[in-house]
Amino acid sequence: MNQASSSATPTTSATDHRNRITGFLSDYGIIVAFIVLCVILSVVSPYFLGVNNLLNVLRQVSINGVLAIGMTFVILTRGIDLSVGSMMAFAAMVAASFAVVDSGMPLIVPLTLGLAAGLALGCVNGVMVARFAIPPFVMTLGMLSMARGLTYIYSDGMPISSLSPSFLWLGQGMVVGIPVPVILFAAVFMLAWFTLRYTTFGRYVYAVGGNPTAARLSGIKVSRITFSVYAISGLLCGLAGLMIAARTSAALPQAGVAYELDAIAAVVIGGTSLAGGKGRIVGTLFGVLIIGVINNGLDLLGVSSFYQQLVKGAIIVVAVMLDRSRLSNT
Amino acid sequence: MSTPLLHAEGIAKSFSGVPALTNGQLSLRAGTVHALCGGNGAGKSTLLNVLMGILQRDAGYVQIDGREVNFPSPHDALDTGIAMISQELEPVPDMTVAENIFLGREPRLMGALVDHRRMRLQAEQLLRELELHLPANARLGSLSIADMQMVEIARAISRDARVIIMDEPTSAIGERETELLFAAVERLKARGTGIIYVSHRMNELYRIADDYTIMRDGTFIETGAMADIDRHRLITTVLGKELDEEYAKYNRPGADTLLEVDDYGRGKDFERVSLDLKAGEILGIFGLMGSGRSEFLDALFGAAPAERGSARLRGAPFQPREPGDAMRAGIAYVTEDRKGSGLVMGASIKRNVTLASIPDVARNSLIHEGMEDAVATPFVERLQIKASSLDMPVKQMSGGNQQKVVLAKWLQTQPSILLLDEPTRGVDVGAKREIYAFMSEFARDDRAIIMTSSEIPEVLGMSDRVIVFRKGRISGELHGDELTQENLVRLSS
Repeated sequence: MNQASSSATPTTSATDHRNRITGFLSDYGIIVAFIVLCVILSVVSPYFLGVNNLLNVLRQVSINGVLAIGMTFVILTRGIDLSVGSMMAFAAMVAASFAVVDSGMPLIVPLTLGLAAGLALGCVNGVMVARFAIPPFVMTLGMLSMARGLTYIYSDGMPISSLSPSFLWLGQGMVVGIPVPVILFAAVFMLAWFTLRYTTFGRYVYAVGGNPTAARLSGIKVSRITFSVYAISGLLCGLAGLMIAARTSAALPQAGVAYELDAIAAVVIGGTSLAGGKGRIVGTLFGVLIIGVINNGLDLLGVSSFYQQLVKGAIIVVAVMLDRSRLSNT
Repeated sequence: MSTPLLHAEGIAKSFSGVPALTNGQLSLRAGTVHALCGGNGAGKSTLLNVLMGILQRDAGYVQIDGREVNFPSPHDALDTGIAMISQELEPVPDMTVAENIFLGREPRLMGALVDHRRMRLQAEQLLRELELHLPANARLGSLSIADMQMVEIARAISRDARVIIMDEPTSAIGERETELLFAAVERLKARGTGIIYVSHRMNELYRIADDYTIMRDGTFIETGAMADIDRHRLITTVLGKELDEEYAKYNRPGADTLLEVDDYGRGKDFERVSLDLKAGEILGIFGLMGSGRSEFLDALFGAAPAERGSARLRGAPFQPREPGDAMRAGIAYVTEDRKGSGLVMGASIKRNVTLASIPDVARNSLIHEGMEDAVATPFVERLQIKASSLDMPVKQMSGGNQQKVVLAKWLQTQPSILLLDEPTRGVDVGAKREIYAFMSEFARDDRAIIMTSSEIPEVLGMSDRVIVFRKGRISGELHGDELTQENLVRLSS
């Protein structure tokens, strides 16, 4: 009896300590990779570490960052959202149509309608996946096409430009020297990090992704959680739509094509498992930054964009490969 | 003594510095069944995984026919004639029996095309030889678990496997299927195949095993002939300590009715089920696979609601439409499949313990980690969960400890009725007793348990009363002196 009860109490020991170190590496290996990448780039290109360049990188990644955060929620529940690029384009178009200089609408109108457009499409994804059990891949693949179609229908295939300066501020403005899109991305990141780390909703998301059956039998309303993550992804597409229209001074019907791929790539590089239930929003942040820094570095080095695609793809594969080998070693 | 078919010695394996196995040893003779015995965390699975090439050993050696071998992958082990049959090595459910048997070595036509006809004929011949009455072209997924296991055995034999590892082969099958399995084992022995057999069911070991090896805490303890060790000494050696009485039963049913079920039915799963549950009672439900017993529990818990009939809980109408309804009414449900529906395997002990009561460890929807620790810690002590820390992922734990985590999860919801479906499946002797003791302690005052089990001794040992299911209906109810093995078998088949 003594034997059993003594080994039953959790102990802080050397093994615990070691677990903490391997845990740290598995949580933050991506940060190490990011720093190494930055060091290499600062050596090969003197411009890389310039404040302007770094702000430029952050501005460039902020849209993909917002999409990737929504994507992280979805992937954590074993889902996927292929429609983010199209939903973003639709939201941008809706917002822009109410933000042209001579429309006379107060700023709140395009902002609200842009977010609402994204949220509405996300809710459609959510209902179909959660309530009607359409596989996420199929549903969002359908939405990828439908939202793009809606964008063309709504705009009649024409871009909407000459947007009001107050709207453009969202994409081009600065607050204490920091670009507004970067601030928006940072705010979304903090909120998502807090939600996943500290709220019951976050806990439900991990549980549903980890084992939906066990989650359901533990009284968790799995379909409600599933619905919510697609709604969140849609809402964040709405925000990204506002950001991209404001940054490019126009809403283009073909905006955001293939953006879902960068968003998924960032999530995967960040170590979130496509099998669900495992991953961190901090990982996604660094996945987004790594993609941004690579694009920027290759730009600075004058590498053609054709090669950039090649390199980015290779990095995704290598990142996941390293992740795998690390897991099998522990 | 002649050269053993398989001999392993000094096998060691650590995971991130934590030793799981320090001295694994096993010597298997051709044409015998060798029982590998040990409790939770004894290192049995680790040793078997090393033998199978799934894990790489840190030290020690493995010999086949006296020659040292090294398997970098399970594929190499298979090529050398070692096969493993376990619930984890999943076959391909959407392929036919024949396709599964010849998976990876299909007979070819002109080098590239699969020769389906020859494959089917060879499979049929093999099934005939093994006296298995299975159609070679049936989809594997349409078979019962027991039949799937038979297909796995056929596959192992078709690969000329000389060593077959069977890890808990009977944990998911009924009595009749177990007989078929044992018949197959006898035929394998006659062919000179050596079988390493792992089971927590003592009766089985005494029936089919020739030799035994006992492991404890990752180390080899002793080996010998099954005939030379009695049941008591085997159990105490496995546990390393003397045991209390097996079925520690001290609950006593009261007079108050806690739950009444009237004419419950759902689809073809079960119908006309009426029963009641007294406070302080452990009600056993016995039935073969497919008798509707698990489906009935699903309905009581609202996981798959009943379509017909009604239920009353403490006199008030009770109609669970989803698990949340049953949980609010004070019902908890330990399913038979803890990996599939009980636990989030990749998550920590702590998170699994709080899984069904997340709002309890939160204020204003914010998780309070201190509360979470405070909730989970007492269960480790109370249920004697063996773990290095509360943050350890449950997938690294043994079956018995995982089951205790499931129990902890439900205890935290403070239920008054516990539904236990096969509460000790895949759980070692020591942990089994702890679970029995826990059940007796739980079923007191105004609490009660409904338990299903396919292990007859467990049903007889723990139940105050047993209701037998057959083909979705109640075929009888047994109390007191009527609680015998003969009656259970007669009513259930």
